[in-house]
Amino acid sequence: MLGSGLLVFREVLEAALIVSIVAAATRGVVGRGRWIGAGIGAGVLGAIIVACFAGVIAQAVSGIGQELFNASVLLAAVLMIAWHAIWMASHGRELAIEMKSVGAQVTGGNRPLSALLIVVAIAILREGSEVVLFLYGQSAGGSSAVDLVGGICIGVIGGSAVGLALYFGLLRIPMRYFFSATNWLLLLLAAGLASQAASFLIQADILPALGNRIWDSSFLLSDTSWIGKALHTLIGYEAHPAGTQILFYLVTAALIALGMRMLGGGGGKSPQRPVTAHLAH
Amino acid sequence: MLRRIVFAVIAMSALAAQAAVPEFHLVVQDHKFQPTEIQVPAGQKFKLIVENKDASPEEFESAELNREKVVVGNGTIDIYLGPLEPGKYGFFGDFHQDTAQGFLIAK
Repeated sequence: MLGSGLLVFREVLEAALIVSIVAAATRGVVGRGRWIGAGIGAGVLGAIIVACFAGVIAQAVSGIGQELFNASVLLAAVLMIAWHAIWMASHGRELAIEMKSVGAQVTGGNRPLSALLIVVAIAILREGSEVVLFLYGQSAGGSSAVDLVGGICIGVIGGSAVGLALYFGLLRIPMRYFFSATNWLLLLLAAGLASQAASFLIQADILPALGNRIWDSSFLLSDTSWIGKALHTLIGYEAHPAGTQILFYLVTAALIALGMRMLGGGGGKSPQRPVTAHLAH
Repeated sequence: MLRRIVFAVIAMSALAAQAAVPEFHLVVQDHKFQPTEIQVPAGQKFKLIVENKDASPEEFESAELNREKVVVGNGTIDIYLGPLEPGKYGFFGDFHQDTAQGFLIAK
């Protein structure tokens, strides 16, 4: 039970860290619970479907279907985060001012919450499909139902608890800096996901590695340690990244930062239509 | 005509490039890798073919090689690797880490 609980915990933790950042970034938005809930539901459903078709996906495109699938969903998540982050850069300050002054929830306006729903769904789909495959193997290998259910409970509760801790930690950031902080976290998350996508494209031999190991910092912080894994998920830490991964990371971070700067237009002074504030009740 | 020649050259060079990549075989059985140690050439690309003889899925994973790929029960996957610096690189089966362990030795 503990063995399977540990694997489930690892995967749930990775997804939960991403969901926490999204939850923090959508603080104060009316109906965000529904959006995040829908993202989680879609992710779980997607995970089961992907796990069922794992064999088909792996055999597709002469054996590199799995890498292409992973790279595609990761890059889709990167695009969604970029879209949202750039939108928030132009409206975040207004949101913060509103929330502070009226002390109530604000509507998202035309905020692209669907983009974040997709990010949540993708995070859960990727980690969840591994959990489903693993549990399927365990049950085929003769593990009892009690062991499996126990493992799922330990893993889901443990992983979610760490995710919640991160979420409540983020909420302590002062309101003045809150949305720029969550926006930067989303930017780093997107850069890390882009680097992971690059890793899959190198693995499939579609892209050159441009150097397999540009550096090796595993003596400082190993990829396999808990902190290393958490940082890998949150900001894309790699102990020995390939050149192409670094390139993807930097280009993604630079493009989003540039988009936030250019389209952001200095927050509150944005000439665009301000977010319509309605009291939630 | 010219276009056809260009296509033929591209196709041939693609085939040649594929043929030039040496292949190494790894089997998963009873949640263990066989062999547990594989010697590979350093400084060149190669392909690792992982065949899962178990009915349950496994995930080939290596932090040191930056690789992770699921291989379903009774399935086979190809993993492109290298060029590697000479050295020892550990890998494991993510779904059965207590038994599925092995390493590549690049020389």
